[in-house]
Amino acid sequence: MNDTVVLHPTLDTFEEQAPPATRVRGYWQSVFYRLRYDPVTLVFAAIVLLIVLAAVLAPLIAPFDPYKESIVGRLKPFGWRDHLLGTDELGRDVLSRLLYGGRISLSMGVVPVLCATLIGGILGVIAGFVGGRTNTAIMRTMDVFYAFPSVLLAVAIAGAMGGGIGNGMLALTMVFTPPMCRVAETATTQIRALDFIEAARASGAKTMTIIRYHVLGNVLGPVFIYASSLVSVSILLASGLSFLGLGVRPPTPDWGLMLSTLRQSIYVVPLVCAIPGLAIFITSICCNLVSDGLRAAMDVRM
Amino acid sequence: MIARELRKHFPVKGSGGKSVKAVDGVSFTVRKGETLGVVGESGCGKSTLARLLLHLVVPDAGELIFDGDPVNTRELPVDALRRQVQIVFQDSYSSLNPRMPVRDSVAFGPFVQGKKKQQARDIACEMLGKVGLDPDLFGPRYPHELSGGQKQRVNIARALATEPRMVILDEPVSALDKSVEAQVLNLLRALKRQFNLTYLFISHDLNVVRYLSDRVLVMYLGRAVEIGPIDAVFECPLHPYTRALLASRPSMDPARRIEEAPISGDPPNPIDPPPGCRFHTRCPFGEAPCQKSDPALGKWEGPQSHIAACHMHDPASGHTLAHG
Repeated sequence: MNDTVVLHPTLDTFEEQAPPATRVRGYWQSVFYRLRYDPVTLVFAAIVLLIVLAAVLAPLIAPFDPYKESIVGRLKPFGWRDHLLGTDELGRDVLSRLLYGGRISLSMGVVPVLCATLIGGILGVIAGFVGGRTNTAIMRTMDVFYAFPSVLLAVAIAGAMGGGIGNGMLALTMVFTPPMCRVAETATTQIRALDFIEAARASGAKTMTIIRYHVLGNVLGPVFIYASSLVSVSILLASGLSFLGLGVRPPTPDWGLMLSTLRQSIYVVPLVCAIPGLAIFITSICCNLVSDGLRAAMDVRM
Repeated sequence: MIARELRKHFPVKGSGGKSVKAVDGVSFTVRKGETLGVVGESGCGKSTLARLLLHLVVPDAGELIFDGDPVNTRELPVDALRRQVQIVFQDSYSSLNPRMPVRDSVAFGPFVQGKKKQQARDIACEMLGKVGLDPDLFGPRYPHELSGGQKQRVNIARALATEPRMVILDEPVSALDKSVEAQVLNLLRALKRQFNLTYLFISHDLNVVRYLSDRVLVMYLGRAVEIGPIDAVFECPLHPYTRALLASRPSMDPARRIEEAPISGDPPNPIDPPPGCRFHTRCPFGEAPCQKSDPALGKWEGPQSHIAACHMHDPASGHTLAHG
């Protein structure tokens, strides 16, 4: 006859002995903690902050009126008569136009990403959580848009709608929604398969409650990381649209538009013409590196 | 809880109508205050059965009755059932939200069932204390800061936080090492006494089942093959499968070494179970009637009855070893 489990008397108790409590950190606190000790990311984040600040404070720090033209002072090099960065082809101060243009370029970078995150995120979570036919319907629709290269799609949509800032932002939103939806859907599907969702259902929670308390917190991480990497792409695409004349309309200052109009004068004052391009490049790459740092800080397997 | 002819088939995609017959007509009764153990090989449908009992998976056919009320009807909607029956899963890690402190995970149940946040937190702290975890020390911790045994205690606390009357335990100790397993089993016993609970304990480990259960149900390939009081089943198994299962336990006695496994091969494919008795392909006593008809479990007379679904125990079957 086989034995049953013979229990040692000391194991008959069930109190847990715990080691003294270590300092407990939540998820977001530990992300913050890791970022504090990442000098590269901090430096680039500071640069991005400076750029944003400069754009926001443009009316205060711009030396000249960005719309004031001057027939005499056209295409002057750096430092000519207090124009720190020279003048453009209509005699307007490049530095002032850069600062004011930054507002438009940055907002055209951030707003479409925010909208796409909202729309794509919601659609993705619904698709991931409900599954089945709804999932197929949403994801295959997204695939249709996904099949087009993003630049082409942005140009096509903006062009078809006639250009302008609003249409440009709309076009970019439509370009970014499918990939954002996919990221959200993947994350939600993975979470949904885990036992704690079933346990939450077994506790009697309704679908919306489960999504709010259990799914969103876990999905927000990947979505946020992806959104931050989209900002740099969005700034580039927005500048591209303006360059092609599909975004901002002259005389509104915008980096892409400035690049486009100064293009012909590149043999006259090459450095001045390169400035808007440099601005786009620096902003985009700094956003990119900050998002990389964020990803490294947030992606730790817990 | 009474289950009658519960059936759940999972359709296999693209096979033209075939399905995995995970649970195929299982009936049993769990009486208030007892522990019913459910044993069987991997893939016999035990976990699906657990989810069917809580309506986490909707049965294709069959009836479920809890405390006299049929489930999923006006008398007992699924929500009300879930207030009274809870479940503890096998994988302690994926059962907890990695982004929530364990205190909030435990408080989620009461919170969802109407308590205010602070009240739910207090209940959670109290439950953590009852399972042997100091609420101040362990409450704010995250799942990745706990050991396996501690996580499983949290899961038990979570199941008990809503004050259920019955708890389904789906292999709760299978993933834990032996010493921790012993502690958790003792905890379960103590909690059962303290809260007057009814348990349905699913496991593949026969010794554990014997330690905790009053009666046991043996499952094979989606069907119940034997049910009876624990000592009766373990000492006089009626079904050849139960007999083989019990004989295949490793023994601590060096004089009783088993040279050959008493049962060989893998269970047949649940998509296409063999005709007649599902066990006849591996049964040492298989004969003609076994291939033709599927034996029924027999008449259940009362809590002490010990019945098996085998032609050998049915005098009308035509089996040569059947006795009247």
